[in-house]
Amino acid sequence: MAVMTFIEAVTLAMREEMRRDPSVFLLGEDVGIRGGVFRASMGLIEEFGEERVIDTPLAESAIAGVAIGAAAVGMRPIAEMQFADFIMPAVNQIVSEAAKMRYRSAGDWNCPITIRAPFGGGVHGALYHSQSVEAMFNSTPGLKIVAPSTPYDAKGLLKAAIRDNDPVLFFEHKRCYRLIKGEVPDTDYVLPIGKADVKREGTDITVISYGLTLHFALQAAEKLAAEGISAHVLDLRTLYPLDKDAIIQAASKTGKVLVIHEDNKEGGIGGEVAAIVAENCLFDLDAPVRRLCGPDVPAMPYSPPMEKFFMITPEKVLEAMRELALF
Amino acid sequence: MATQVLMPQLGESVTEGTISKWLVNVGDVVKKYDPLAEVTTDKVNAEVPSTVSGRVSQIVVAEGETVAVGTLILYIEEEGGASAPAPAAAPAPQAAPAPAATPAAAVPQAAAPSTPAPAAGDAPKQRYSPAVMRLAQEHNIDLSRVAGTGAEGRVTRKDVQAIIDAGGQAPAAAPAPVAEAPAPQAAPAAAQVTQTPTVTAAQVPTSTPAANVSYDIPVATGDQVIPVTPIRKTIANRMVQSKHEAPHAWTMVEVDVTNLVNYRSSVKDEFKKKEGVNLTFLPFFIKAVVESLKEFPMLNSQWAGDKIIVKKNINISIAVATDDALYVPVIKDADQKSVYGIAKSIEDLAARTRAGKLTMDDMTGGTFTVNNTGSFGSVMSTPIINAPQAAILSVESIVKRPVVINDMIAVRSMVNLCLSLDHRVLDGLVCGRFLQAVKQKLENIGPDTKLY
Repeated sequence: MAVMTFIEAVTLAMREEMRRDPSVFLLGEDVGIRGGVFRASMGLIEEFGEERVIDTPLAESAIAGVAIGAAAVGMRPIAEMQFADFIMPAVNQIVSEAAKMRYRSAGDWNCPITIRAPFGGGVHGALYHSQSVEAMFNSTPGLKIVAPSTPYDAKGLLKAAIRDNDPVLFFEHKRCYRLIKGEVPDTDYVLPIGKADVKREGTDITVISYGLTLHFALQAAEKLAAEGISAHVLDLRTLYPLDKDAIIQAASKTGKVLVIHEDNKEGGIGGEVAAIVAENCLFDLDAPVRRLCGPDVPAMPYSPPMEKFFMITPEKVLEAMRELALF
Repeated sequence: MATQVLMPQLGESVTEGTISKWLVNVGDVVKKYDPLAEVTTDKVNAEVPSTVSGRVSQIVVAEGETVAVGTLILYIEEEGGASAPAPAAAPAPQAAPAPAATPAAAVPQAAAPSTPAPAAGDAPKQRYSPAVMRLAQEHNIDLSRVAGTGAEGRVTRKDVQAIIDAGGQAPAAAPAPVAEAPAPQAAPAAAQVTQTPTVTAAQVPTSTPAANVSYDIPVATGDQVIPVTPIRKTIANRMVQSKHEAPHAWTMVEVDVTNLVNYRSSVKDEFKKKEGVNLTFLPFFIKAVVESLKEFPMLNSQWAGDKIIVKKNINISIAVATDDALYVPVIKDADQKSVYGIAKSIEDLAARTRAGKLTMDDMTGGTFTVNNTGSFGSVMSTPIINAPQAAILSVESIVKRPVVINDMIAVRSMVNLCLSLDHRVLDGLVCGRFLQAVKQKLENIGPDTKLY
């Protein structure tokens, strides 16, 4: 088993799936010769040729639309949005077409596409290269939203997304790409979409998160363990539909729940998680459900101090977790 | 200059009062004699008047707290006074120091204010999370006895779980006060049930508002829990004390009151018309009892440990029940009153009891109690002596029964008189004679009996 970065796991998953299934192909801006702006598709055009690794024009609606059309004739496209911020022109294709294909045709048609998009801030990307857009899609039945946090999960879930017969939005936190390393088996494994994962067992507080902030929670849990605080950390992995059973179980375990995400607080995934907890766990709750999320401001600021203000940092996570434990 | 206002003496035997409601807030301007607070004492509600004019600068005793007479309850900044913080600047004008006096070593000036009311008022409000409530209910845990480790002493789910894991809560020893919660911070968590104090918060001991006996009686879902009012508490304490201290003996006589019934029937309508007062049977019974007490003064006495005090005045306590409590106002100098006078006193006391307007004076000084249990249909009862009195007599229902008179059977109006006596003071003989006297007087009532 090899230790690799998050982005290497993404590349490996695509390579394995393209080798396994000739109907799988990749399209997106600079995914071919350039190997992707983040190098997620490094070496793929060399191995699979420009027929299966297609550089597209700067037109996201076309990237999504072409993928939907290709899927309709039996292909399994992986459409890359260079940044999640750029997904906006493709929203009509994704929400109105891909998500509704199976339902609209009463099951005659389906839409097995995977749309990959790097999201999140902390890389000095400012307004157009830092957004978290998951909350915009998480009330669209017909879509699945996956946001892994570890290399292992990234590979297993991306392979599952590619094999899924319905559209999957696959969000990769861009700061995780090279920051997060982990062991990834070179075997052919898939992880179930729709299942959260307990990343750390604990008894005092439950932290529910995904993406980059999940790692901050794990780091904070390590530090708090030295203070005698035991944190239970649940990685949502799939943001839509949420793994309600896992959320209820994790929340009930400690009765103190903190939801963390980088996306804006109001209307974010955290509100939905909190609602699930409130609906199901009242008599296990020992504290109000808390959320630590990005502020409700329009975009990631460019100024470094302001970016730091916006971002969820390890310090903020540690403080919020400690405070809840002491409640 | 801040003046201390102390809990006043609201009756000769009153030693403590409960601030049931503050009528002023900090910052309010009050005039001398303005009511400051409502106080519930033994059995009377009263208002505490302001002793000076000025501005309320600090309230020391929280609502619901019971404090001894003489305890500092609030500060009033007198008009024109410096606005220095009350506690530090306050001199102790009255000599009455707070009861829980600080060591004499303290500088007098600082002494009084630094002995404020019990710390109970500072205790954090206990609010429990749903999880804590559920666990406590499922495992019969008395949360008031759980030391919280959460923020500001909050009882956390883990605190309760630790108790459950340790095999449940130790039952409160029946007569022991509730305050058996863990020792304050000084003592380490050794003796505590919480095995893993996972957080760094200080162990805050649970403070119990009143050091009252609490029983570990499980409360099931749907059960109603009624907090004990000061009056209920007083009744409970008095009853326990009396039953516990005075060896009760009991005797009963039956009295033929046919003549009384006939006589009353013949005069009551006119009496009502003339006096505006209902003529019930009770004044006749009380009159007979009072006259008999004159003959047997031992019944009108009190046990005082090394002596027996025979009371000169004959003050008859009568029991008046309201929906939720029992009051025992007193007919003073009943031996100087006619049947009419007694009837008027009864009516007055009963009306004021039900209106909640009894004064402390109305409640004190009783030397013998007559209890009209017949009013609710009882034909026999074993009353508890109204300590420190020596005996109590209950008048039961008047019922028509066949009785033998001169070897003939007649239908007569009969009544039972029951007497509970403190056997330390009284013996059967004197009580028997006393009851015979009462019986004789009642049976001799007739057209010649005077109402005035």
